[in-house]
Amino acid sequence: MIDVTKIRKDFPILKREVNGKPLVYLDNAATSQTPQQVIDVIVDYYSNYNANIHRGVHALSQEATDKYEQARIKIQKHFNAAKSYEVIFTSGTTHSINIVANGFSSLIKKGDEIIVSAMEHHSNIVPWQMLCERTGAILRVIPMNLDGELILSAYHELLSDKTKLIFCNHVSNALGTVNPIKEIIDAAHKVGAAVLIDGAQAAPHIKADVQALNADFYTVSAHKICGPTGAGVLYGKEEWLNKLPPYQGGGEMIAEVTFEKTTYADLPHKFEAGTPNICGGIAMGAGLDYMNAIGFDEIAAYEHELLEYATEELLAIDGLKIYGIAKEKTAVISFNVGEIHPYDIGSILDKLGVAVRTGHHCAQPIMDFYKIPGTVRASFSFYNTKEEVDVLVAAVKKAKSMLE
Amino acid sequence: MSIKEIQDDIVDEFSMFDDWMQRYEYMIDLGKSLPLIESQYKTEDNIIKGCQSKVWVHADLEDDKLVFTADSDAIITKGIIAILIRAFSNQKPKDIIDADTAFIDEIGLKEHLSPTRANGLVSMIKQIKLYAIAYQTQVG
Repeated sequence: MIDVTKIRKDFPILKREVNGKPLVYLDNAATSQTPQQVIDVIVDYYSNYNANIHRGVHALSQEATDKYEQARIKIQKHFNAAKSYEVIFTSGTTHSINIVANGFSSLIKKGDEIIVSAMEHHSNIVPWQMLCERTGAILRVIPMNLDGELILSAYHELLSDKTKLIFCNHVSNALGTVNPIKEIIDAAHKVGAAVLIDGAQAAPHIKADVQALNADFYTVSAHKICGPTGAGVLYGKEEWLNKLPPYQGGGEMIAEVTFEKTTYADLPHKFEAGTPNICGGIAMGAGLDYMNAIGFDEIAAYEHELLEYATEELLAIDGLKIYGIAKEKTAVISFNVGEIHPYDIGSILDKLGVAVRTGHHCAQPIMDFYKIPGTVRASFSFYNTKEEVDVLVAAVKKAKSMLE
Repeated sequence: MSIKEIQDDIVDEFSMFDDWMQRYEYMIDLGKSLPLIESQYKTEDNIIKGCQSKVWVHADLEDDKLVFTADSDAIITKGIIAILIRAFSNQKPKDIIDADTAFIDEIGLKEHLSPTRANGLVSMIKQIKLYAIAYQTQVG
């Protein structure tokens, strides 16, 4: 069982006050907080071995390169990728998705079909729309039901020999729904389509095994898993990464350059043009180390307890409605109270020291589906407590009494 | 009254509140009570889409003064709109162009005018200024 009191001591930010009140940080789906162990790694990098990687003969460069490549291997092992070079360092999930969307431009032709789910983040909708505009491909959508679950029978009907790509998140950022990605991947492979799973929201809660899932691509952001912003990875099966053209041209991604022709470097460097976020990559590895030391099973069990407690306590508030009540969900609660606008609730909660996200959560199609302007979203992490849930519930009650 | 005088009045009124809760309750009352825009002007053309809340703004020139009406789907945003309209509406375009919004800081509502809030208010102020600039060229 998790020792939350001990864990909280690792996070310096959790000691601070906001608006004169102790911070209750419930915006973990937007970004997770950073433990001292990861902060130390970042400080150590800039204090002791900051250097550009892969091209220096000097000791610092060698050290930085080693640590960066060790981080890649850590990430490979965590997600059980078959090869370390199937792990491409990126600036985060959005960058990862764009590498794939851009790469498929040359593999997709007019009339081909691309399928996305109805509960995607804008970052997993817009690149595909742009891809469709460039290629003349058609975008299809897997619908969802009112509980916030994908309607798989409709998905199976959408699949055909025209289907080339499927994009779906592992966990919905707005609703917390855990999608049945194994079934989605297997069905896609039967018609020869490739599947990209956006793992940004799943990574903090679920240890995904990309080989067992048989995912063609899987994307992760470091800042959701106790790492820094501006770092992340794209996992891609070797055969797919070899088929895709490079995304950006520049240093690091070439084998040989003449003015007549450039040959590209091997994986993973082909997709890693320019000086990468070296410290970010190393710190991402440190974030995973930190979470693995606690244990993902323990994290999932504890967060589930928090989710159940918070759901029960919140639902006791008159007029409060939760959006997204899938049977399988992570510790995310999206809600509204009566007709009160989420911005109003969020503003009062902020004054009471409670950090939540309000708005459409970059998932406007979901809000349109429910015909609401947005929601208040409380998202929990393994360092949150039941006492913090109580503060949230009291704050929502206070906001309700002021706004109604 | 000039814009500055109205803003000073608002700052005076807010100084009577002891804490944020009283300020917010006042804003919420403002947001609830005022019909701020005619429904015919609540159109797509007049909408400012923030990530958080929506704002509608409409401007009319009456004699040589600009009259603003506006609305929002969020009450606190609407309360702030009521204050902004009180300060900027019924004024000459030139005076609106020259005026600033520092008084919002003084009344402790700065966070709502942060561009990162994406509630439409920053864009609304920009829109008010743009209307003033446009009408200023008409008034000459």
